[in-house]
Formats: sequence, C-alpha cells, structure tokens
Amino acid sequence: MAQAPTDPSSAEAADPEESSPNMIVYRKIEDIITRMQDDKTGGVPIRTVKSFLSKIPSVVTGADIVQWLMKNLSIEDQGEAIHLGSLIAAQGYVFPISDHVLTLKDDGTFYRFQAPYFWPSNCWEPENTDYAIYLCKRTMQNKARLELADYEAENLARLQRAFARKWEFIFMQAEAQVKIDRKKDKTERKILDSQERAFWDVHRPVPGCVNTTEMDIRKCRRMKNPQKVKKSVYGVTEESQPQSPVHVPSQPVRKTTKEDFRKQITFLNLQIDRHCLKMSKVAESLIAYTEQYVEYDPFITPAEPSNPWISDDAALWDIEMSKEPSQQRVKRWGFSMDEVLKDPVGRDQFLRFLESEFSSENLRFWLAVQDLKKQPLQDVTTRVEEIWQEFLAPGAQSAINLDSHSYEKTSQNVKDPGRYTYEDAQVYFKRSVFFISHGCIRTLEDKTTFHMLQLLNHDLSKDF
Amino acid sequence: MPWETESKALLKSRKITSFPHSACKMATEGLHENETLASLKNEAESLKGKLEEERAKLHDVELHQVAERVEALGQFVMKTRRTLKGHGNKVLCMDWCKDKRRIVSSSQDGKVIVWDSFTTNKEHAVTMPCTWVMACAYAPSGCAIACGGLDNKCSVYPLTFDKNENMAAKKKSVAMHTNYLSACSFTNSDMQILTASGDGTCALWDVESGQLLQSFHGHGADVLCLDLAPSETGNTFVSGGCDKKAMVWDMRSGQCIQSFETHDSDINSVRYYPSGDAFASGSDDATCRLYDLRADREVAIYSKESIIFGASSVDFSLSGRLLFAGYNDYTINVWDVLKGSRVSILFGHENRVSTLRVSPDGTAFCSGSWDHTLRIWA
Repeated sequence: MAQAPTDPSSAEAADPEESSPNMIVYRKIEDIITRMQDDKTGGVPIRTVKSFLSKIPSVVTGADIVQWLMKNLSIEDQGEAIHLGSLIAAQGYVFPISDHVLTLKDDGTFYRFQAPYFWPSNCWEPENTDYAIYLCKRTMQNKARLELADYEAENLARLQRAFARKWEFIFMQAEAQVKIDRKKDKTERKILDSQERAFWDVHRPVPGCVNTTEMDIRKCRRMKNPQKVKKSVYGVTEESQPQSPVHVPSQPVRKTTKEDFRKQITFLNLQIDRHCLKMSKVAESLIAYTEQYVEYDPFITPAEPSNPWISDDAALWDIEMSKEPSQQRVKRWGFSMDEVLKDPVGRDQFLRFLESEFSSENLRFWLAVQDLKKQPLQDVTTRVEEIWQEFLAPGAQSAINLDSHSYEKTSQNVKDPGRYTYEDAQVYFKRSVFFISHGCIRTLEDKTTFHMLQLLNHDLSKDF
Repeated sequence: MPWETESKALLKSRKITSFPHSACKMATEGLHENETLASLKNEAESLKGKLEEERAKLHDVELHQVAERVEALGQFVMKTRRTLKGHGNKVLCMDWCKDKRRIVSSSQDGKVIVWDSFTTNKEHAVTMPCTWVMACAYAPSGCAIACGGLDNKCSVYPLTFDKNENMAAKKKSVAMHTNYLSACSFTNSDMQILTASGDGTCALWDVESGQLLQSFHGHGADVLCLDLAPSETGNTFVSGGCDKKAMVWDMRSGQCIQSFETHDSDINSVRYYPSGDAFASGSDDATCRLYDLRADREVAIYSKESIIFGASSVDFSLSGRLLFAGYNDYTINVWDVLKGSRVSILFGHENRVSTLRVSPDGTAFCSGSWDHTLRIWA
C-alpha cells in the first residue's frame, strides 16, 4: 500500500532507543529467555546439581535448552537450534558455568541464565576502570575456580600499566566490592559471581571470539542521550568520562509542516488514481516469468556443460564468449526486446538482420537515444545535434517516421538539448510500428518476437 | 478572519494599552497555522484510508495460494566454493563485474580490493582515507570502481594494470553528501552514478564533471540501500531507509512514484525481481518482503519464528524463484519466492553477513561478512 513521502508524525511519540535495531533483537531474546524459565508453561528444568561435596545451584543442561528451542520455536533442524542458542549465549543472556567461551553445546554441559541487571538491553558500555576493578577483585579471592585465565592475566597487566597513576583508587574500589560480596549468602554468591563473569565475557570477550557488542556505525546515532555519562557497573563515579567518537547525535525529527501535508495529499491522490492489477493477475505474472526463465537459472537447472564454480572449469564462460550462440541462448532473445538488446551478440545479429531488411534506422535511432542518456554531460549537446542530423532533420540520411505531434515537440526540445531531448520520440516509438519484417509488424513492446527471431535463427544457420 | 478584526477592534478601543506588533502578528499567524495544519492532516488521513480500501478490493488471493500449483523445488546442495581472505576488518559491501568472475569489496579498515574470485587472486587494492567504506560498485565497462563511506563522498578509481601506477593517484571525487555514503551504483554506463546517503537523500551524478544531475528527497531518515530497475530502457530505481519505507523514484523528474511502508524497522537492502515488476526488501525486523509495483502492495513476507536477527542484504536468483538473504545471525537463508517457504539455511560465516549479490549470469552468489571474509556459494 502506498504511503506519502514524508510522514514522521508516528515517530515523534515512540522512544527512539526502543525502536533501535539492537533493542528489537534484545527484546525478542528476552521474550524467549523469559518463556524458557517459566516452569508453568513448559520451561526448561532448572535444578541444583550435587557435585562432590558441594552443590551447583540453578543450572540447566545445554541439551535441555536445545530441545526447548526446537519444540517452542518450531525448529526442525538440531543444528539450527544449536546455532540460535549459541547466539543467545554470545549476546549474554545464557552462559556456560565453566567456560569463558559463550556457545551452546547440545549435551550435559551446565548453563545458567543471566541476571536482568546485566542484560545487554540496559545499554552497558563498561569502561576499562570497571574491568580493572573486576580483575583486581578476582585476584583478591582465593578460590581456585576464580583464578584468572591467561588472557585475563594479560589484560590485568596491561590495565595496571595504563592506570598506573590511579591504581590505588582502583584497588580500593576492588576491596570495597569484595567486602560487599562477602556479606552475601554462599549460594547467592556462586550465582552472582558466575553472572558477573559472563557479563565480562560479553564485553571483554576471549581473544578470537566474536565481540557481539560491536555496532553497525550507521545505526549508532539513535542513542537516547549521547551526552549522558556512562554508568559504572560498580557504581563508581568519575569526573572525566571520555565521549565515544561513535556517538554522533542524529538530527532532531522535523515536525510535519503544512507543505509536507500538501505534498502527501497530492501524492495520495495520484496513488488513488493509479490503475492497479488484481493480486491474482500479479501472481500469475510472477509465476509465468519464473517458469519462463527457470531453465536459465543455474541454481535450479544445472548449467551445461558445468557450473564453473563447482567444476573449476571455465568452459561455460568460454562458450559464451564465442560468437556462436546456442539454441537456448537464441530462444531467450525471443522473450523480450530487452533480452535481445542486453546480449551483445543478440544485439549485433539483430542489427545486421534489420540492415538486410532495409529497416535498421529505427533500431539505430532507438539505440542512439539510449546511448545519449549514458553520455558524460559535456558531450550531450553534440550528440543531440548529431542524432538530429542523422535521423530527423529534413533530408536526413536515415530518416525515421514520427507522427507530427512528436516531431513538433522534439524539434522544440532540440533547442534546449539534454539527455532526455528525445524522450517523447522514444515513447511514441515504443508503441508505434517499429519495423516490418517478412510480413510481420513488430514493436518494441511486443513480447512475442519469437517468430521473427526464429527467422533470424534460420538466417544464422545460413552463415555458419 | 474574525479574530483579526477583533484584535484590531480591541487595539482601537484602547482596551489593550500596549500590544507589541510582532506578538500580535505571531499570535494571529499561530492560530491560522494550527487550523489549516489540522485540516490538512485530517485530509491526508482520510485519503490514506480510502487508498487502503481501494487496494484491499484488489487483494483477491495470496501469492502462495496461487503458487500451490507450481512444482516444489528439489533439495539444494549449496556450498562455499571459494573463500576470499585478505581484508583486515569487517567486509561491508561487494559488487560483481559484468565478466561474471571479478568482484570489488570494501571494508571497515578503509581497504577496497578487486579480486578475480574464480582464482581468488587479488588484482587491485586501494586504501581509502576514511574507515567504514560502506559502499562500492563495479563500473559496467569493468574499467573502474566506485566507493565511499564515512567520508560522505563517492569516489571513482579507474582500474589500471600498470604496476607502476598508483591506483589512488587517478582518484576522482564524484558525489558529495552531508552524511555517510550508504550505497552507490553505476547506471547502465560508466558515466553516471546513483548514490544513497545517511543524509536522507539519493542523488544522480555525472562522473566526468562531478555535477549533480538530480536529487531525490522524500525519505524521513537515513537511506541505506538502492537498486536500479533491470530494464535496458528503465528509468527508475528503488531505495530503502531507516524510516522503514521503500520508495520508487523516477530518475528523470526526481519524483517519488510509489512508496511502501510495511516493515517494522530499518530496510537494509532492496533488490528488484528480475522482471522489474516487483522488488524484495530485507529489514532489521527479521523479515524479507516482496512488493509488486503493479499491485502497489506488499505481496509476500518471508519470515520464521526462529529467525530473530535482522536481514542485511537480499538478492534473487536469475529466474526470480529463489531469494537469497544474508542475516545478522551469521546465516544465509534461501527462500522460495513464490511459495513463501524457506528451502535452505547456509552456515559458514563466523560473524554477521553484511552484503550479498548474485553473479551476473546467476551461477553463484557472493556473501561478505564481519568475519573479514567473502564466500562464493554455488
């Protein structure tokens, strides 16, 4: 359905941040995650698992997640479910409890759901100071499971060098965090520690893993408040927060003016007057087109002698370069004038054929006018004059026939030469008699030039 | 206007002792403005309703219903046949040369590379002065390429096989926008380029002189993509933008001929159906859609519950029966255009698929990704 050119009125009310492309995906994932955790409506089994002398709280197996996805999102292929699950993990909504790499495995590996506090939809962009605090506090804890991985140790070393001057501040913040953590219940701590770690796995991923926080720069401008100070994960406030160069604020939404509405109304009236086809006709037409071309579609009908990309043999292209077109190729020319003109060999043969029928000037005029539109601006005036002299001026060498109205208009247009000088003549031509051949009248809009081209084919076979 | 005479009368009677002239003028104009704005808005709304009514009358059947009689497609075996490695960062755009084997690709790190993708050899490389080269195109002659991005320009580089010549030396700056260049395409000749930009406009330029031939205004936000109508004699193109609209333009007059707004988010890619009577779009709302120009309507949606990431780029197979769509979930989905079902899902890329084009003779398609590689599939 057509809509008028400018209609920003609907956008004014909506929250621009909520409609940003990233947020749309986050909300969909959050919907899936919420349903997954809802045990009333067939969610995944989240359990506490016994392991040696301790318990692993609040986990679900990868296999259970995969199964849930297949059942609830109508996924037939297991590979597809694993892929989607891995993406949900990579975005940071679910994570393996014993691995920094965020993928989903279809086995007994344990996963945990991320806390809403850490969800990507909260627009976290944690600074390196926060990351430094995090790594620092990890080193203050003596548990084996919380030991830094190699890449984390490297990161910490780098940050220590970068923040050498304010390391005391960072150390103090880390100590404060450790104090807060110690006050929490043991089981709760296990869960929170893992969720915090998963958060950093998203924002400071393992080297070699995809950083899913990277953004398409074209979509970055829709930030709600690009000037806002970035919030800290640990509530640390700093004086100088550097502005990210990526956050160029977008233009304020223009209010719809009276002029805009007038334009809309004109446009809508034009659309209402437009003659449209019924869906049934349109469907038939689309189907007919694909059926006509399906034999030429290498994805559906394998190319002969072979598809070069599959066989590593460029024979198909060598054959096409030769001046001897195959039966199938000639048949295609018969589909429409466009096909003849598109194929350089077809165009060539066609011109020669017409010349032999003493009626090539019409096609040559047509081609000259097409060519005119492709000329560099500085050459246009000269070409317009040349075309006039050859085809339209009194006593022209290859005089073509135009009705008096088109001729009148064209001779006016020639006085102010441009790329579209001969547009009216072309329009007339498309619909009028184009050439006469073997007793058949053919026009440029005539899609059944097949008969004529069979004659062409016959002509060709004489030459070869 | 009654209130005008009234305020004049008030002034005359000196009941209002001081009344700044400018405030009076503004007040009266303000009232005038609101009245007509509201009535115009109402008129527009009622016309929209009438238009929807008219179109609905012609919607007598669905495409997939009519397509039930069409033979189902067989099983497809599509694989990566070539992998092109060489970019140092996200691949953002690519285009085929008419010779069916060469391609040009551009990347976030500013590099533009021309490859013979059949042999996987790199033939040319140039480094742009900006990062995020979001658009690139091959000239019809095969003798030049165009590209641009965060520099807000579209530049043309002639391709030279002279080893001594620096490709960047003969660079020609053609288009100038006021925001990033999102898409560019040569028209049927090397002499004109059509561009789309984050500044909300499209424009047609004369390559030799750099002169603006025509500009196209109408999108309410960034324009992200465009595609020229396939006919040798065509004079129209379609564009898609962040305003969720797809618009069809007359290249000669600069006017918008048709407009479609059914997507729920940005339209990242538009591509004509090979007959030129319809076009497909890919959007951040995770759907692809087919719009027919003769019905002036959306005629099909290609979506699945399990596809939740945006579609970044789409293209048709030669017959128009298949629609290849690259997504932000790293996959490529292959759709049966007529029946509306998905026939295949292709895994392989390790990050978002950002660009996808079918080769000129339809024997393969190329995908470019944020994983720094390009893949040729057949």
